[in-house]
Amino acid sequence: MAEITARAAEVTTAVTAAGAARAGPAGPGRARRARRRLAPLAWLGPAIALIAVVVLWPIVTLAQTSMQDITPIGVTIGSAGANNFRQLLDDPNLPGILVRTLVWVAAVVGLTMLASLGLAQLFNQRFPGRRVARWALIAPWAASVMMTALIFRWMLQPDNGVINVFLHQLGIVRQFDSNTSSWLGRPDSAMAWMIGVAVFVSLPFTSYTLLAGLQAIPGELFEAARMDGASRWRAYRSITLPLLRPAFAVAMVINLMNVFNSFPIIWEMTRGGPGYETNTTTVFMYNLKQSYLGEAAAMSVINFGLIIIIVLAYLRVSRAARTEAG
Amino acid sequence: MAARRRLPGLRTALVAAAAYLIAALFLLPYAEMLITALRPQGELLERNYLPRHFAWSNLTSMWGAGYGIGVSLRVSLEVAGGATLLVFLVAMPAAYYTARHRFRGRGAFLLLVLITQMLQPTALIVGIYKEFLGFHLIDTVWALILVNAGFSMAFAVWIMNAYFASIPVELEEAAMVDGSGRLGTMLRVTLPLAVPGLVTALIFTFITAWNEFIAALTLTTSSSATPLTVRLDQFIGQYTVDWQHLFGASLVATVPVLVLFALIERRVVGGLTAGSIR
Repeated sequence: MAEITARAAEVTTAVTAAGAARAGPAGPGRARRARRRLAPLAWLGPAIALIAVVVLWPIVTLAQTSMQDITPIGVTIGSAGANNFRQLLDDPNLPGILVRTLVWVAAVVGLTMLASLGLAQLFNQRFPGRRVARWALIAPWAASVMMTALIFRWMLQPDNGVINVFLHQLGIVRQFDSNTSSWLGRPDSAMAWMIGVAVFVSLPFTSYTLLAGLQAIPGELFEAARMDGASRWRAYRSITLPLLRPAFAVAMVINLMNVFNSFPIIWEMTRGGPGYETNTTTVFMYNLKQSYLGEAAAMSVINFGLIIIIVLAYLRVSRAARTEAG
Repeated sequence: MAARRRLPGLRTALVAAAAYLIAALFLLPYAEMLITALRPQGELLERNYLPRHFAWSNLTSMWGAGYGIGVSLRVSLEVAGGATLLVFLVAMPAAYYTARHRFRGRGAFLLLVLITQMLQPTALIVGIYKEFLGFHLIDTVWALILVNAGFSMAFAVWIMNAYFASIPVELEEAAMVDGSGRLGTMLRVTLPLAVPGLVTALIFTFITAWNEFIAALTLTTSSSATPLTVRLDQFIGQYTVDWQHLFGASLVATVPVLVLFALIERRVVGGLTAGSIR
């Protein structure tokens, strides 16, 4: 807090100088000067305080907890040094979980970006009823992700889920309540379905972002390309894709963050099971939290390190987008 | 010429057909939510797309005391409403000041806001849990209001900042010459012009808080303090899952946010990517 105040004071000196020049004759009173010096803090203070309570302080607590020895019922015994980290790294499930997290993030983000390119292009065309169709597209974005995951869990019920009813009609599922129809009971098929659900809920935001990017491309460019005899595909590759890059990059990094942090889909569909076989690092952190708070904190610290890398990537991408936009 | 004119017509028809098909696919899971909500108990496990009758009575029986859906709905409203109000109070002055003034530290503040937007409660949940445990705020709406407001604030700051910046300073100066104070000017002159941004920010905050899951799951345990998302999660642990009531409650939670989201749909992307693209 002291640091923030010091920083704010530094900020205010600059403001006072600028403010005095604009406001004309300034009162000589010390109280008045102090008041002006504190002006930005009065406007930004509440926001800074909220960020401090909800974001900054938890980061400190998280780091502390990762080095504490805490019993399963929540009693802190003392310092654990690096024990929580050691225990976590020795966990035989961890290597599989790390690999699965990588596959999860790469698959969901990759498929989302690809499919969204197509969706954005399609919904950028003129056709009657476009507004209504676009509105349908936002449903998974507006609805709670945990409820969407629950409906998929229900539709995949081995005995009577409608997806299984449909696949039975197609002849893909021979028997209900069988190994084949139990999609969420096998780790591989469970992951595949959950990746599908994650793509489903990520598509609206991504498509809308790319759609906004498409609409920002001046139409004259395409006119000119057509006059030069360029084919549609050529125009897409040489005009659309390069100009879409800033929007694409921003959407991709935001998706990376969302998908890495995604919890409700896996939680509602498998709880990370069978065993630990559908845990990602985020879900694993939560499962650890139930009885090993210290180890969960250690997992969080590692996750947080990865997130910082994504944040840095975002700042880089956004700076690039800003300079390209002029 | 006639043939050439018909060709784009065919193309439009194909585009429209593809778009409608995709739109229908996107709605399908929510249609199943509605259908299941109306399935009679006796037909819950049948292998058909539509039940033989619709049990409209499900929509009244789900409010039975045993399910706690009414209690949770109230908690969800309090949390989402409280977070929205807090974001309004906290983000508006910050957005206004950063839009109107250049000062040292402005960049640092906006960077801090941008980083908050990138972080999510999930990443910090163990820290948040330990912190609120220390504050004795577990099982209170206050903890959820604070967390939701904190993580939605960035969106509100961006979008309102953009609106404030687009309103000419001269308008405010005129009001100030007429003897209006700075706060009064903001409230009476600037704010009314920024209403579209304000509404977008507030609706977005409300929806985000309404749908929030992991913080609620972690910070509430007693059944009188759990919002709707956590209540529905508890259905899954039961010996027999009352799917029809589970999805009846989901429907009640989903329909209002679909309507609200449709209102702000055009402006949301701007707020989510504003920190980077502007």
